[in-house]
Amino acid sequence: MARTKGGASNTLQFRDAGTHEGPLLVVEDLHTSFRTQRGTVRAVDGVSFEVQEGKTLGIVGESGSGKTVLSRSIMGLLPPRDVIRSGTVHFAGHELTAMDDTSLREVWGAELSMIFQDPMTALNPVKRIGDQICESLALHLGMDRKEARSTAVELLRSVGIPSPEQRVRWYPFQLSGGMRQRVMIAIALACAPRLVMADEPTTGLDVTVQAQILDLLADLQRERHMAVILVTHDLGVVASRADDIIVMYAGRIVERAPTRTLFHDTKMPYTRALMDSIPRLADPSGARLNAIGGRPPDLINPPTGCRFSPRCPYAQDKCRELEPPLRTVGSPDHLFACWFPLVDGMSTAPAVPVTVSSGPAAARSAVENGQAPAPAEPTGEAEA
Amino acid sequence: MGKYLIRRFIQLLVVSFIISVLVFMLVHLLPGDPTTQILGANDTAANRAILLKQLGLNLPLWHQYTIWLNAAFHGNLGTSYLNHESVTHILATGAPVSIELILISQLIAFAIAIPLALVVSRKPNRWLDNISTTSTFGLLALPPFVVAPILVAVFAVGLGWFPATGYTPFTQAPLTNLHEMILPSVAITAGSIAVYFRLLRSDLISTLQQDFITMARSKGLSTTRIMWRHAFRPSSFSLLAAAGINIGSLIAGTFVVELLFAMPGIGYALVQAVEQRDYLVVQGISLVVAIAFVVIQFIIDFIFTIVDPRVVRE
Repeated sequence: MARTKGGASNTLQFRDAGTHEGPLLVVEDLHTSFRTQRGTVRAVDGVSFEVQEGKTLGIVGESGSGKTVLSRSIMGLLPPRDVIRSGTVHFAGHELTAMDDTSLREVWGAELSMIFQDPMTALNPVKRIGDQICESLALHLGMDRKEARSTAVELLRSVGIPSPEQRVRWYPFQLSGGMRQRVMIAIALACAPRLVMADEPTTGLDVTVQAQILDLLADLQRERHMAVILVTHDLGVVASRADDIIVMYAGRIVERAPTRTLFHDTKMPYTRALMDSIPRLADPSGARLNAIGGRPPDLINPPTGCRFSPRCPYAQDKCRELEPPLRTVGSPDHLFACWFPLVDGMSTAPAVPVTVSSGPAAARSAVENGQAPAPAEPTGEAEA
Repeated sequence: MGKYLIRRFIQLLVVSFIISVLVFMLVHLLPGDPTTQILGANDTAANRAILLKQLGLNLPLWHQYTIWLNAAFHGNLGTSYLNHESVTHILATGAPVSIELILISQLIAFAIAIPLALVVSRKPNRWLDNISTTSTFGLLALPPFVVAPILVAVFAVGLGWFPATGYTPFTQAPLTNLHEMILPSVAITAGSIAVYFRLLRSDLISTLQQDFITMARSKGLSTTRIMWRHAFRPSSFSLLAAAGINIGSLIAGTFVVELLFAMPGIGYALVQAVEQRDYLVVQGISLVVAIAFVVIQFIIDFIFTIVDPRVVRE
């Protein structure tokens, strides 16, 4: 691909918007499956979305919803063995899915980079952090040792590491978790990429450090006009930071909307449940956390119909039989996959006895539907 | 790092002392009487007593030990009962042969095992991996005394590429020396290749699953660079530890090959001395070999501090 960087200097560059027209990243009908002994795991199952230059997209879902696989599949980082991928990914006008590894390596780290979840394991334990930063600088920007070293020091400074001149010679084990994540951000941003994939960048960190890291990432993003894909299980993390949010469930997009719309006009009961599972400071102490009952489905044999239906408090027969398409109602940029979308937080599903097994979700849904609280004993499939 | 190495050095001293006592004692526990060896079975008891006194073998053991240790510190490990050669001289002529054998065999082992493991571990359980794993398993089962005659039969007698026996010091004729060294080195390298390859392969396979390898890929680094610069070092710890023990045990273990190829190394000298009950030679060689073993471990510990900076902080 056309390299837009020429003579790199010690100052970090602000890149002007790319030369191509349209969105920076276009993902179309991406499928990614793993062959396992038990069968084929469809981890990503027909995902399409776009990311504009300089914008932030949040991808939210429980663990096992396919979001990590999605981010790696977009980059092409999954090992080719036992992985089946179809669909297309266009990045800055180039089709990543059609490139071989050699061409991809020119994009990776240079134009498109990744921040990993666990800074403990994602940094090489026996390499100095400076060397781990310099590597990409030498590779993509052609810097010599001295130049790369001083750029690495500047990068460490820009991610808020004190006395970077000394720290550049340190090993990862000498740094705290938050510091390591800062180093990882410095590595990801070293060559001023246009898109950064941050896969649960703060999950392994202290809550106080989480906010610092996310703010740092947002600041750097604004400075450098990069696009960011923020992958997380925590809607709270993306609520104030993403321009758009994609909610994933069982390898599929179940709702996609601009952040404000998503929070104010939630359509998918699953999204609602995710929101309800964020603990609030205003809750009385000792209040039960609204966990989502049940487990994410088996991706080898996903449930028929809507994949959330076994756990959905409003599920109807139609939900269990027919898979809802991703569709819009009214606003064109708000997509959701639900037969009975919520309207003002209320289900449009006909009021019938709920079939979820038990738990607070069941009880709550019953109350919201204006019914008597569900019996304490599991109702089972009695009404079937 | 200094503290770590000092601690290791003190360990080295303690272990060396214990070794010296054991080596000294063990020789005295060997069956047989040196006077019988020297004077023959039919000499008188009086003559034997005189000889015992001359050799200092009538003194209490601890006294013999201090005399021996003191002399050893001054580079005097005594002389052979049999040919009156000094033990130091025997070591000085034998050690270069054995060291060269070990060095060449280990270089061959690393040169084969490391690249092979790096290639194979990227695609485990494919055909190349299966062939390598199976054939190194075969190598493990082949002791040098089986490999050596085969090598001689094929490459010396059959093809005539290498001499079957003989040793020329490196300082005299380097090329002739290397030419003669090849077959014996290859004969003892087989087991090392197998051990190194298998350890490195399995460690590499688990290292390649690590996040930091995916991270390195996401930086756009080439596969070769990732294998050498990111995967190799953190995968080499067991290899390094095994190499230390293996090299140490080869010091005395080269004797079979030295015998088969008529190489005047210390392994050969040691076995001869044991056979002849040449106490001082056995003592001297055992002491030096054991201490060399300990020193090699110390060197390995030192290399560990370079390869894995975390060990310093244990």
